[in-house]
Amino acid sequence: MTTIIDVSSVSKSFGGVVANKDVSLSVKTGAITGLIGPNGSGKTTLFNSIVGYHPIDSGSIQFEGREISKLSVQQIARRGLLRTFQQTRIYGAMDGVQNMLISLPHRKMSIFDALKTFTREDYERADHLLEFVGLYEKRMLKSGDLSFGQQKLLEFAMALMNEPTCLLLDEPTAGINPTLINGLIDRLKRANSEFGITLFVIEHNMRVIMNMAEKIYCLAHGEMLAEGTPDEIQNDQRVIDAYLGAH
Amino acid sequence: MSRNKIILYSLILAFSIVAPFAFPNFGTQLATLWLMIIVAITWDMTGGQMGYNSLGNIFFYGTGMYVAALITIGLSYDIGDYTSAAGGGIYEFTDLGYFGGMALGILGAGLFCSVCAIVIGSLTFGLRGPYFAIGTLGVAIAAGELVSNWDWVGGGQGIALPVYPGDLDTGKTFFYFLFAAVGIAAFLFARWLYGTRFGAAINAIRDDEEKADAMGIHTLRYKLYTWAMAAFFVGMAGGISAFQLIHFEPLESAYQTINLGIFMVVCVLLGGKGTLWGPVVGAVLFHLFKEITWNYLLGWQWVALGALIVVTVVYFQDGVMGWLEHKRPEWFGIRVEKKVASDSK
Repeated sequence: MTTIIDVSSVSKSFGGVVANKDVSLSVKTGAITGLIGPNGSGKTTLFNSIVGYHPIDSGSIQFEGREISKLSVQQIARRGLLRTFQQTRIYGAMDGVQNMLISLPHRKMSIFDALKTFTREDYERADHLLEFVGLYEKRMLKSGDLSFGQQKLLEFAMALMNEPTCLLLDEPTAGINPTLINGLIDRLKRANSEFGITLFVIEHNMRVIMNMAEKIYCLAHGEMLAEGTPDEIQNDQRVIDAYLGAH
Repeated sequence: MSRNKIILYSLILAFSIVAPFAFPNFGTQLATLWLMIIVAITWDMTGGQMGYNSLGNIFFYGTGMYVAALITIGLSYDIGDYTSAAGGGIYEFTDLGYFGGMALGILGAGLFCSVCAIVIGSLTFGLRGPYFAIGTLGVAIAAGELVSNWDWVGGGQGIALPVYPGDLDTGKTFFYFLFAAVGIAAFLFARWLYGTRFGAAINAIRDDEEKADAMGIHTLRYKLYTWAMAAFFVGMAGGISAFQLIHFEPLESAYQTINLGIFMVVCVLLGGKGTLWGPVVGAVLFHLFKEITWNYLLGWQWVALGALIVVTVVYFQDGVMGWLEHKRPEWFGIRVEKKVASDSK
């Protein structure tokens, strides 16, 4: 299996706060990789570094073998590396279908393509993906009026609409009704197997991440604490200590 | 397009064509109404659809005036001689010089303003919200002051263009139709643009620019293009105004930040931001309100106008179209779809 995201020795501090210190990890193409860690351990900072929200202090980040740590958010997104937000971000004033149509990939879209209207295929794809996440009935409502969980699902569908090669999900199940979580796990797995999208997931819900990921990294205090299969991580004393606060 | 829409559009078009002949005493007012519609539609392209509230669009109006005038003069005479004559020299324009210069001047004004939008936009689109508004306002004010100190273009006295060659009433009708043509073009252009992927992208920038960035949309590029498109129509409108007014000067008529520069924003707020018809409805209502108060409340007209702005901003932010959408959501296609797709769970 080849590596799609290769993070090596990345450090990032904000003033005196060291958010990431010498972090290295690699995400395998086509797999589901997990990232866990207690609150404030630097998971979201690492995500932000990967997708270009802020420059890193040192280290290197490669996507598909090319250095991306100097690129802007847009450029990275157009290479097919996309992220969703912990605080869900959708276009609240528009309905579900519009949200989907806007999310069409701008990767190969020239200004002349942009001046065309949306095609029947675009609409069909939007409807199909809205159906996939179970929002078909509500697709004509203003997205801002949807519940938080539904907005989360919509954001996931929007990400799929963008046809990424790799998707970074920041706590996809946070705020979602427990009975819906199983459905979401199933959809994430299907996105991975059917659409072939590599997933890199931050998750606090252990049941979810242990069910999904093939490999898990655990951060604590900004440093890489442990890595391994779900079984190894679950039985790693350092991970248990970090979560129980014995550190 | 549905039948009702075709009827509506035909009625408006018919009225627009008949109006200057049916109300000959209001020819200039009707032309000004079209000017309001143009600046409102174009202001809404960035303000309503893209979320960038510019207070500097008047810059394109003033610059359009100057560019159109200078092209026309420059084609027949030396500009420095013409502007320094200040009423002393006599400069005749042939019909070709006048109309040819006007055509090239108006088109050149539009193009030049588009280029200006790209340049100014590259500097100001890093600003967000109120900072962008103040930044662009600064550009417009500074431009007015700079031009009024630039003797080659007439300085504070401005420029006097030749009078329409021919019957002056015909001239009024002529300018009415020029404004109407640009207004209809701006409306049709906006109507088409908002239906494209481009339109969707600028809406995305309005609703959440950071998200749009994260989805890989070329945000800066779209912002520049949109403003350049708006500037093209405003610049042309400015060019027409230069010929209609005959004489204009920099601070009160060209870069008139506190008049037209603010009116265009009020028109859009009154009619409904971010809607296709809002700016048009708002421009009509605003122009009526303005003319009525200027006629019947003279002395209090600015107070009435201020009250209108306050009431609109405080109690009626969504404007006429926004209020309609709230009252009659089904007219705007907001509904729960009952049909469940076959394989969804």
